Amino acid sequence: MDSCNCIEPQWPPDDLLMKYQYISDFFIALAYFSIPLELIYFVKKSAVFPYRWVLVQFGAFIVLCGATHLINLWTFTMHTRTVAMVMTTAKVFTAVVSCATALMLVHIIPDLLSVKTRELFLKNKAAELDREMGLIRTQEETGRHSRMLTHEIRSTLDRHTILKTTLVELGRTLALEECALWMPTRTGLELQLSYTLRQQNPVGYTVPIHLPVINQVFSSSHAVKISPKCPVARIRPAGKYMPGEVVAVRVPLLHLSNFQINDWPELSTKRYALMVLMLPSDSARQWHVHELELVEVVADQVAVALSHAAILEESMRARDLLMEQNVALDLARREAETAIRARNDFLAVMNHEMRTPMHAIIALSSLLQETELTPEQRLMVETILKSSNLLSTLINDVLDLSRLEDGSLQLDLGTFNLFAVFREVLNLIKPIASVKKLHVSLNLAPDLPEYAIGDEKRLMQTILNVVGNAVKFSKEGSISITAFVAKSELLRDSRTPEFFPVPSDNHFYLRVQVKDSGVGISPQDIPKLFTKFAQTQSTATRNSGGSGLGLAICKRFVNLMEGHIWIESEGLGKGCTAIFMVKLGIPERLNEPKLPFMPKVPTNHGPTAFPGLKVLVMDENGVSRMVTKGLLVHLGCDVTMVSSSEECLRVVSHEHKVVFMDVCVPGMDGYEVAIRINEKFTKRHERPIIVALTGNTDKVTKENCMRVGMDGIILKPVSLDKMRSVLSDLLEHRVLFEAI
Amino acid sequence: MELVQIQRRLVDYTKSLFMEGFLDAQFLQLQQLQDDSNPDFVFEVVSLFFEDSEKLLNELTIALDQPNVDFKKLDSHVHQLKGSSSSIGAQRVKNACIAFRNYCDVQNIEGCLTCLQQVKQECYLVKNKFETLFRLEQQIMASGGSVPTIELGF
Repeated sequence: MDSCNCIEPQWPPDDLLMKYQYISDFFIALAYFSIPLELIYFVKKSAVFPYRWVLVQFGAFIVLCGATHLINLWTFTMHTRTVAMVMTTAKVFTAVVSCATALMLVHIIPDLLSVKTRELFLKNKAAELDREMGLIRTQEETGRHSRMLTHEIRSTLDRHTILKTTLVELGRTLALEECALWMPTRTGLELQLSYTLRQQNPVGYTVPIHLPVINQVFSSSHAVKISPKCPVARIRPAGKYMPGEVVAVRVPLLHLSNFQINDWPELSTKRYALMVLMLPSDSARQWHVHELELVEVVADQVAVALSHAAILEESMRARDLLMEQNVALDLARREAETAIRARNDFLAVMNHEMRTPMHAIIALSSLLQETELTPEQRLMVETILKSSNLLSTLINDVLDLSRLEDGSLQLDLGTFNLFAVFREVLNLIKPIASVKKLHVSLNLAPDLPEYAIGDEKRLMQTILNVVGNAVKFSKEGSISITAFVAKSELLRDSRTPEFFPVPSDNHFYLRVQVKDSGVGISPQDIPKLFTKFAQTQSTATRNSGGSGLGLAICKRFVNLMEGHIWIESEGLGKGCTAIFMVKLGIPERLNEPKLPFMPKVPTNHGPTAFPGLKVLVMDENGVSRMVTKGLLVHLGCDVTMVSSSEECLRVVSHEHKVVFMDVCVPGMDGYEVAIRINEKFTKRHERPIIVALTGNTDKVTKENCMRVGMDGIILKPVSLDKMRSVLSDLLEHRVLFEAI
Repeated sequence: MELVQIQRRLVDYTKSLFMEGFLDAQFLQLQQLQDDSNPDFVFEVVSLFFEDSEKLLNELTIALDQPNVDFKKLDSHVHQLKGSSSSIGAQRVKNACIAFRNYCDVQNIEGCLTCLQQVKQECYLVKNKFETLFRLEQQIMASGGSVPTIELGF
């Protein structure tokens, strides 16, 4: 060994130290070789590692370091030059790689560090998103719950069910221990416990409404946390350590009147119910915001549902009321119908009973006319006949009155002599008036047409009734009848503002005024005059008889004639004036010379009024046939008799002018025959006139006869005069339509 | 007996028939139709009626004897009888027929039988009355007088 200038003395290699170095180098080499292997292994395992080639570099560096240390093992002992060469190469390479790695690490390490920060940042972001997700989910859940609750609540319109359901569903959704509803009492001063969740039948606890806690809740539209110790929350059984939190919310009680169109209900109702919700005790749960929101939503829904329930109750009540009223009305209607039917039956029967003696009177009086009479007697008999005809008409009209009410009466229009009507009335009234020493005067205006078109019978009846009343109610003095054509200025009367007569070319308005100097009528009785069966009860009129129907019937006739009737009087004892106006037609000039249609009592009593008229009589009944034949023979007709419809059709020819057929025989169809005759004779002037003889003139029979084309109906039994007038009518006009 | 007395008796008798309701106005119509060209009109019609009614009454009796009463046929016979009686003015017969028809409508056999009896009774009565009437008239004619027209004092 060379001597050197070292501080310490040189030291020859020691075996022990050598050995330790040897072993350490060995282990270092091992470690240096295994570390890269581990690195490679684990990096291969991991999916992502951005710096692979750095790893390679590092691995190379470590490997080379390891190699160096390994080769170092050989240098402890005497070694050859090759080993020294290898050792040197290894060291050189190691040096290169180490420096390269060191240089590279300068670039890489900051990157690696920043990766770490990014990772941290992303983790934070993920946590934040998680939080938000949680929030949204809870919100959605809340929404779902509230929808479900609403659905449950609104699925019924029964108030009780609504409230119960609300409490149950809320309890379930929010896992409540207790849920209660306090409703205001009628007085409005207290809140009463109405519904609870757990207790089945809440005892009627009441709590005054003006507690500060309650006011606080009522004044806010949100759910408010209240103390578990306040009176409304103290309904749980005691003995819990930590009562759960309590929340209260107001439920507005809305009335129908609160809802305006397009307007949210105003919350000035001031009527609230209180809903109290309690979380389970000992659970350390808190009220979350979303839960409170849910509670508020539910409270609103409950308010709406309750108001709907209230509306429904109202409408059900109204409907029940209507149904009751309907039932009552129906009953009343049926009773009225029964009454009407009873009245009609009565009228029909009475009518029949009254007609029978009437026929006797008319028949006998007409027979009496045929006998030898002195002129006074003749006059008397004629008056009797006319009166009885009028009476018969009145009887018909009593039946008509019921028909008038149904509106089924029609006027028989025809041309008639207006002057003659007034003259007849005068003649009829003169005897009675002269007995009472009343002076009757008739005044017909010069411009009144002589002939008019209207219902002569009913017009005469009206005038007669009015004049008759005048005579009846006058004890002395005079009666004046004036008739004239109403001019347009006079047509409109201040008393009858709803009556607007309009004269035209074909019509004129006849105005008749009957003034008497009798007892008069007090103003308050005037409206009652025209009501049926009502009579003024003054003593003067009590024994004047009459049915009280007269003026009512007159009014209806006048109305049918498109007119108006009224009575004026200045008071009791001052007489009265009856005025009526009716619309009559003006006949054309051509019609004037023609004879009026009304069948008059013939002045000649010769039996052969229709010499040689060929007539066919069809009647199954032998006796009836013979009587009809006798009647017609007496009138001079040439009568052929048949007793069956086949015979009738065989025999009938255009020579027969009239065919009388009995249609009231069941089983034999007179209508059928009429139809066949109509078919057989196509030309109208060849066809014989067909007249039905029947025992009843009800509507059905009349309609049937008209339907088959018959020209007239006669009611059996037929008097001689009737047959005569019927034949003369038929032959003159070829149409009759009803002679009773 | 004196002509005048017989005539008076006839008049009184006829009046009584009207009063009692055996006859009605239709009979007067019949009398009106009797004139010189037709001197026995009334007699012929009345006789025809009695022949007719006898036949009808027999039919009615037979019909009501059947085990199954044919109400339709019954009704049509009664209708005929009613028509005939009303044509000559036999009022009571006609009214009895009306009652009979009502029972036919409700198919009440008991009622029908009762009514049949009544109708027969009325026919019989009125037949007697007519026979008396005609006898009086014949007496008058035989004595050379004329049948007086009824004076209507009622």
